[in-house]
Order: sequence, then structure tokens, then C-alpha cells
Amino acid sequence: MTATSIETARRDTTRRARSSQGLSKEAWGRIFVTPYVLIFLSLVVFPVGYAFWLARDPQLYVELAKDPVFLRTAINTLIFLLVAINVKMMVALFLSGFFTHKRWWVKVLAVLFVLPWAVPSIPTIISMRFMLNPEWGVINQLIFKLTTEDGPNWLNDPTLALSLSMVVHIWKSLPFWTLILLAGRLAIPLELYEAASVDGAGPWHRFRFITWPSMRTLYVTCTLLSMIFTVGDFNSVYLLTGGGPADLTHVLATLGIRYLRLDQVGLAMATIVVALPFVLPLVFFMMKRLSR
Amino acid sequence: MNTRKLLRNVSLESGLLLIGIPVFLWTMIPLYHMFLFAISPKDAAFSGQLWPTNPTLRNFEIVFQQKHHFLYNFWLQMWNSLWISSATAVITLMVASAAAFAISRLRMKGGRLVMNFALFTYFIPAAFLAVPMYKTMTIYRLQGSDLSLILAMVTIASPYAIWILRQASDKLPVELDEAALIDGASPFQLFRLVYIPLMVPSLIAVGTYALLLAWNEYLYAFLLLQSEKTLTLPVALGNFLSADDSPWELLMTAGFIYALPPAAIYYAFRRYMSSGLTAGAVKG
Repeated sequence: MTATSIETARRDTTRRARSSQGLSKEAWGRIFVTPYVLIFLSLVVFPVGYAFWLARDPQLYVELAKDPVFLRTAINTLIFLLVAINVKMMVALFLSGFFTHKRWWVKVLAVLFVLPWAVPSIPTIISMRFMLNPEWGVINQLIFKLTTEDGPNWLNDPTLALSLSMVVHIWKSLPFWTLILLAGRLAIPLELYEAASVDGAGPWHRFRFITWPSMRTLYVTCTLLSMIFTVGDFNSVYLLTGGGPADLTHVLATLGIRYLRLDQVGLAMATIVVALPFVLPLVFFMMKRLSR
Repeated sequence: MNTRKLLRNVSLESGLLLIGIPVFLWTMIPLYHMFLFAISPKDAAFSGQLWPTNPTLRNFEIVFQQKHHFLYNFWLQMWNSLWISSATAVITLMVASAAAFAISRLRMKGGRLVMNFALFTYFIPAAFLAVPMYKTMTIYRLQGSDLSLILAMVTIASPYAIWILRQASDKLPVELDEAALIDGASPFQLFRLVYIPLMVPSLIAVGTYALLLAWNEYLYAFLLLQSEKTLTLPVALGNFLSADDSPWELLMTAGFIYALPPAAIYYAFRRYMSSGLTAGAVKG
């Protein structure tokens, strides 16, 4: 290779570098963001648009309103959201305080406590389902040994079955929210508590005047976020009760799938469209909060 | 004074125990029950025993050797789960780190809009997107293939990944990019040689998140996969539930085995996870 060709080659690379910079930043930005935009367009925008198109027939909503399963589902979903979420978040808030205590065994417990969240739903729900088996499950066998009476047929009673789905939901997602709230608590400056202790404030006052004011925003954010996620909690209901007995324990997430399996795609989509007036305001509220 | 202090300490400790013991039982009972079934023969498991009266590894042997007609494809289904969750993690990492780089470092026009798209996707309940996704995959002729599940999982995992990565990358100093660009690096070199190495802790958190999400997924796998050979293990286990003669002790053994890797991965990467994942939520 001669000196001139090396010289040309070098000039070439600099020119290329400069031109790629000239073309650059904005264009490079577009190139880098393209894969995600493609995924968003083809697997979010298109499916959602298609869902609306399939659910365009007003007759579907008349049919939906006439279906007794749908009404029951709407009520179940509301109960699920109001009871399960609030109980879960209050317990999480309480336990996050418990986990701030520095003891070796509290640390060990914190490590174990996360397991329900880290492991897949299906094995543990299967385990709970068998515990509740009326004949062979360990719970009813214990009840029989202690009282010599038969225990209830847990999953055959709609009220019990729905309550137990809520228990499963809480068992599964309590660790996650406790960790989030714990992080929030640990961010509160310790001096505030020390000053309050000097002033003779008891635990309740410390919570009321220091912890709660600093955690309120986080707590409300978490509660709303958990509500949005829970409208979509398919596993806790489907794997435990399957929507039964007699389709009395469905929530919106499982009802859509039920219609799909019955080959009523229009109704499945309509179920989702009906829920949007309640879900979308929450979604936009959360987006405003989190995109700051 | 001293006795009062002692008394207060005793009541604090016993109060803590009074909370700790129920929390321990609540967390561990379903897991212990599963483990108990896994190491017990069928009749002992069904007798309502509280501890292993007759422990055995027989169930594990049957599962590992696929000696029950429910478990003929156990290893294949384990492999499917592994392949789908690894592919999801890798693709999510590539898509999300590129998008976060464009939004946060290149400050491209419209970056905010893309971020809002991602957040919007993150907040749509996953079960709501499931039915439309199912129909869409049929139109794309991907229905039933492993690719359909991988794409669906990437769609669900990447918004949160982009969000977390953007927050982490906003914290890197601007001077870094400027120095690299003045030295003649193209944005692509900047991405590969400067950005990615600096983002490793967040990338580990996000990769783990995507991996666990796909490994643990039930609903989408159940909708998008059909043939016995392409199923992931959770769907195969779910099919047990509808059968009357399900071998529950084997079901729980297989479930126990399936739960081990995510638990191990979680503990291995806990440091990255807790800092990366909670940082985002606390901000709100």
C-alpha cells in the first residue's frame, strides 16, 4: 500500500465519520428508536385498533348487558379492586414499617418474604388449590380432626371462592408493594424521627405526622397502579376457581378469555371496551404522574 | 428508669415477633405444602400430614425420567420456557437500550412522545391486551409459534425496561457524550463503546426482569401456544388442572422444580433488582 492510498483511506474515514455525524444525532436517534416504534405500532396500536373495529357493533353491548354473567363479573371486579387492593396496600404499609427494624431474623424473613413474588404463579396456586380440596386437602382434614365436622367446600361457594382468589392475589403481590413502600420509608430522613422522639412523640404520632405525610403520594400512586394491574389479574382467579362455580367468580380479565374460548370474539372485545372508561382515566393520571 | 427501658424493649421485641411469626407462616405455608407433596408418596400426601412422614425422592425420579403420561414432554417444555424467556430478555434489552439511548442521550425530537407510548403500553392491563394480541397473531400467521409468544413478551416487557433505562441514563454526565463526539465517535460508537458499558447494572436489572416475566408467564403462553411440543411448562401444568385423575404429587414436584430457577436468579441479582426496580416507583 502506498503512502497516498493510506492518505486517501484516512481522509475517507474522517469524511465518513463527519458525514455520519452530519447525518447524525437526529437521524441516528430515529434509527435507534425504530425497533421499539415498530413493536409499538404492530403489536399495540394495530391490535387495539383491530379490537375496537371488532367491537364496533352496538348490538354487542346490548347482548353483553343482557348476559347475567357480565353483570356479576362487573360487581366481582369492583369488589376485587376495592377490597383486595385496599387490604393489600394497608398491610403493605404496615409491614414496610416492620421491615425497617434491624434484627438478624427480620433480615432473614425479608429474604423469604419475597418468594411469593419471585416464583411463578402456577405452582403455588396449584398448591393452594389442593390445600382447599374438600376431601383430601390439608385444611379440611385439620378441621375434621379438630372438630369432627366436615369443613366447607371452599371453591364451590361463590363468595368463598372469590374471597380466596383475593387471598391468592394478596399473597402473590404483597411482597412487591411492601418493598416499594419500604424504599419510600427508608428515604425519610432519620433526624425527623429523632427530633420527634425528643419531643416525646409516640409511635402513632410519629406515623401520623412524619411517615404518612412523606409517604402519602407514593401510597396513592401505588394503590392506583395496583388497581390498574389488578383489573388484569388473570391468574389469581382463573387458576384457582376457573371462574366457577357456575361462572359466578369471573372478573373482567377472565371474562374476556371466557368469551374468546366460546368463540365470541366480538363479546370478548366489547368486555374490554366497556371497561375502558374506568381504566383510561387512571392510565392517563398515572402517565402524568410518572412522566414528569 | 432501667426497668422501664427493659420493659419497653421486651414489649417491642415481643411485638415484632407477634408480627414476624404470622408473616413467616403466611409466606411459607403454600410453598411448604408444595415441597411436602414433592417429597411424599401419593397416599401420604393425601392423608393431610403436616410433616413428611415417609420422605422419598421417587416423584423427582418420575418427573426427571418423564414416566407419567402428563409429563412425557417435561424436558422439552422446560427447554421451551428457557428458550422463550432468554430470547425475550435479549430482544427486550436490545430494543429498550436503543430506545432509551435515543430518548435520553441523543435527545431526539419526539422522544417524549415515544416515552409516552411506552408508558401507555405499560399501564394497559396485560389481560386486556391478550385477546387483541391473540387475534393479531392469527392475522400475522404467527399464532401457535414460539415467535408469537416472544414478541408478545417483548411488547409487555420493553415499556418498563425503557422507562427504567431512561431514568438510569439521564443520570450519566453529558460531558461524556460531548467528549466522545468531539473525538470523532459516531453515535453508534458512542452507544456501543461508552453507553452500554456504563449501563451494565441497569441492564442486568432489566434483563432479569424480562427473563422472569417470560418464564413466569401463564396467560399469553396459554393463548398463543397450542401443540404439546411447543408449550411452556406453566401451560402444561395448567392443563393438569382440568383433568380428574391429575397426579397432584407429580404436579407439585414439577411446579417446585419450575419455581427454583426464578427464585435463584432473583436472589443472585437481588442487589441490582431492588435498586433498579424500586428507584422508578419511588420517584412518583
